[in-house]
Amino acid sequence: MPEDLSLDAVSVLLVWTAVAVYALAFIAYAVDLARRSDLALKAKDAVPATAAAPVLVAAGGQTIGQIRAAEAQAELALTARPAERPRLLWARMGTALTWIGFLFHVAATVLRGIAAERVPWSNMYEFAMTGTVLVVAVYLTVLFRYDLRFLGTFITGLVAVLMGGAATSFYVVVVPLADPLKSVWLVIHVFVASLATAFLALAFALSIVQLMQARREARAIARVGAEADGAAASAPRPRERLRFLRTLPSADALESLAYRFAIIGFIFWTFTLIAGAIWANDAWGRYWGFDTKEVWTFVIWVLYAGYIHARATRGWRGTRSAWLSIVGFSAVLFNFIIVNQFFKGLHAYSGLT
Amino acid sequence: MSRPSSDQADPSAPLRPGDYSGSRDENRENRDDRDIVQPTLGVVGWLRWGWRQLTSMRTALVLLLLLAIAAIPGSIVPQRGADPNGVTQWRADNPDLYPILDALQLFDVYTSAWFSAIYILLFVSLIGCVIPRTKHHWQAMKSRPPRTPVRLSRLADHRTAGVALADGEDAAAAAASVIDDAQRQLRKSGYRVERYDTGGTASVSAERGYLRETGNLVFHGALVGVLLSVGIGGGMTYTGQTVIIEGDTFVNSLGLGYTSFNPGRFVDTDEMPPYSLTLDRFDVSYGAFTGEAGHGMAGDFLAHLTVTEPGEEPREGEVRVNHPYEIEGDRIYLMGNGYAPTITVRNAAGDVVFNETVPFLPQDNNMTSQGVVKIADGMPEQLGLVGFFYPTAATLASGAVGSAYGNLNNPLVTFWVYQGDLGIDDGTPRSVYTLDPTGMEQIAGADSGVASLELEPGQTVDLPDGLGTVTFQDERATGADEAVKRYVSLSIHRDVGAPFVLVFAILATLGLLAGLFVPRRRLWVKATPADGALRIEYAGLARGEDPAIAQAVADLERAHLATLGRAEAEVPPEAARPRRPRPARADAPDVD
Repeated sequence: MPEDLSLDAVSVLLVWTAVAVYALAFIAYAVDLARRSDLALKAKDAVPATAAAPVLVAAGGQTIGQIRAAEAQAELALTARPAERPRLLWARMGTALTWIGFLFHVAATVLRGIAAERVPWSNMYEFAMTGTVLVVAVYLTVLFRYDLRFLGTFITGLVAVLMGGAATSFYVVVVPLADPLKSVWLVIHVFVASLATAFLALAFALSIVQLMQARREARAIARVGAEADGAAASAPRPRERLRFLRTLPSADALESLAYRFAIIGFIFWTFTLIAGAIWANDAWGRYWGFDTKEVWTFVIWVLYAGYIHARATRGWRGTRSAWLSIVGFSAVLFNFIIVNQFFKGLHAYSGLT
Repeated sequence: MSRPSSDQADPSAPLRPGDYSGSRDENRENRDDRDIVQPTLGVVGWLRWGWRQLTSMRTALVLLLLLAIAAIPGSIVPQRGADPNGVTQWRADNPDLYPILDALQLFDVYTSAWFSAIYILLFVSLIGCVIPRTKHHWQAMKSRPPRTPVRLSRLADHRTAGVALADGEDAAAAAASVIDDAQRQLRKSGYRVERYDTGGTASVSAERGYLRETGNLVFHGALVGVLLSVGIGGGMTYTGQTVIIEGDTFVNSLGLGYTSFNPGRFVDTDEMPPYSLTLDRFDVSYGAFTGEAGHGMAGDFLAHLTVTEPGEEPREGEVRVNHPYEIEGDRIYLMGNGYAPTITVRNAAGDVVFNETVPFLPQDNNMTSQGVVKIADGMPEQLGLVGFFYPTAATLASGAVGSAYGNLNNPLVTFWVYQGDLGIDDGTPRSVYTLDPTGMEQIAGADSGVASLELEPGQTVDLPDGLGTVTFQDERATGADEAVKRYVSLSIHRDVGAPFVLVFAILATLGLLAGLFVPRRRLWVKATPADGALRIEYAGLARGEDPAIAQAVADLERAHLATLGRAEAEVPPEAARPRRPRPARADAPDVD
């Protein structure tokens, strides 16, 4: 290795390689979604030909019954074993590319850790690097159980933007660890927080798709109602966008999956909070002091506690609780990007000046 | 929740507020609201109504969201508790807005009336919800699994199998024996089981996952525990700060050792543990001077103490960052460090009017430090010296003197000298670290026309106007390793509540794990004689989030059929009966 190419420099090269590969994966996943729209159209064309098409279908759009049938099928595909999943060529390419990007990403993160001779998560740049590596790791692991490849654009897009942005704006050279960070809790507290973020990111993405799906279902029901009233002829039909939604599970199924990820994230977040308090008690002489970062960690915890309650409150299940999940993850991103940089407090470990 | 719902058909179902999603009176309540003229409520009625509102899910949810929103301003506006200097600065920057924000308690958000109101209401709501639920859960745990529904095929997770009877075997006896096996198997996997045999049909009803509700209750109860520990523990907590210069001793007694002290309400300051701490040496290491980012960074701070307790041999102790020293329930933290030059001032007659080791407060990463010398007596007028200390003095590009490194490579002290009234005679409390030059005349440094005094260790220079001399003592003359002494600032804490908070927090987490991940489910196995064979039905009902219920029913079927070892048989489907307009309540899935 040439002398001027340090481990850290190699790590940076690997980061950019990973970002580029993720960008390719993003494109492949996006093509997959577009092709799903095609598939959805073909399926729609096929239906009236085989089944005796009722008037409502002939008028365009799907009946709610058809939507439910398609969704039920999508739900089976969601939990199918990898070998039995629909063969979506572009989605497979996306996943393969994500794996390649992930390997570069892991190598970059490990090299950074070796270069720094400590865990690679002790400043903004490194948090971003490890946090995004965990987002991808959780996504790829979950793929073995659930076919969530329709979230591929979201995951690869988010990670490419965050990692590229961090490498551009947050990069700092390796410096020795400040005394307060020399603690076993750095390893635990920050890592678990990143892990929580990864699960909450998946829940967030599912909640967004859930909202889109719920809107589509509501429209279909409204359409049926309107057409039954005989208003169809006069009312212009809104053009249906995001047709790939037709190949996805129902809003209910997406919601319960989002909830499963959110509660795992919530447990990790609770642990982050407690581990942080134990560390603060050793480092700063109090376990809780409403430091800005503590406040935001608390706010996020309460938001997700609210989300879990909302799921059990009449009138809040479904769309409203999905919004809470979205607000919760927005707060997580805000806590990471904005609070770290611009809010004054004791968690001044961004490494940026 | 306030109302133990008497119309709940199933006493083992967890008790929930009226607006719990999927609760039984969902339809009823809507109907009530719309169609029925409510009788006039008396005082008790209104109280009951208010209590019911407060303990409803919706109120709890709104309070949670309010709590999240209300916490945010405290991260934007500096808080007196976390950042008192920030508040002072904010006041100076925004003199017009300050009184408004102060009136809104925005500088004390977390102790403000409005923030307290939200969390107190939230906890009242929580307690009002948890107590009846606990009572109910206690009774539910003692009750038996409910009767097997008549028509298992109505449940979403339902499977049917058929097994052959042996020649001449009594169908009813075979059914009972088949169910015996199922019962054993279910009990082994942790289910609570109950037999319901009628006529020729045998069935077992099984339920598991009471731990889910237990966890739920433990979580909420533990949160109350956290709040109480914080509240009560806070009253018995004290925090004090002190500064110890190398060679000096701190005595743990109010009025002797502390520079500041904040006791909780119930702290008896006369009963503080009588120990004393001597700072023997303070170690710090500096990164190499490489010119790269992070060079010269200080670290590995280590205060070597001698700890003395009455009636015991003095012993050594160490305080490091992240590693407080624990003694008698107190925890001693290393909060800061700096240099404390020893300054001697003599008047014109040569008499010593000041001879102290003065802690200088660090101003930057290279330990440029500021300190103050105040001479009240022995001079024609009172004298104030504002000093800057540079451990490694260097001339910066701007031409000014600065410190280039944190360690003692080229120590230098400079002084500006003020003459006049120090403002300490009228009893106004003044910080020992700052000098208010109002009403004083500057006689050396800055624009005074006289150069500021500059001293290296061991040097003596003259004060202006023949007032006397100033000496910067070299500690090595008295046998020390370094020319200038160091000091540490320590923070001494006693927090009685903290261990309890931790225990409750861990309990809450365990409760949360059980409450979110333990599936609560019912399983039924029913064997019915049918055309010379047995129809065996397996059904499951998830109560709450239970993604694995279908799998559980399938596994039960597989394992059970394997245990039986009977040949499979075709059985006719359950005789179709006209569907009643509404399914029986007992069959309706109730979510948890």
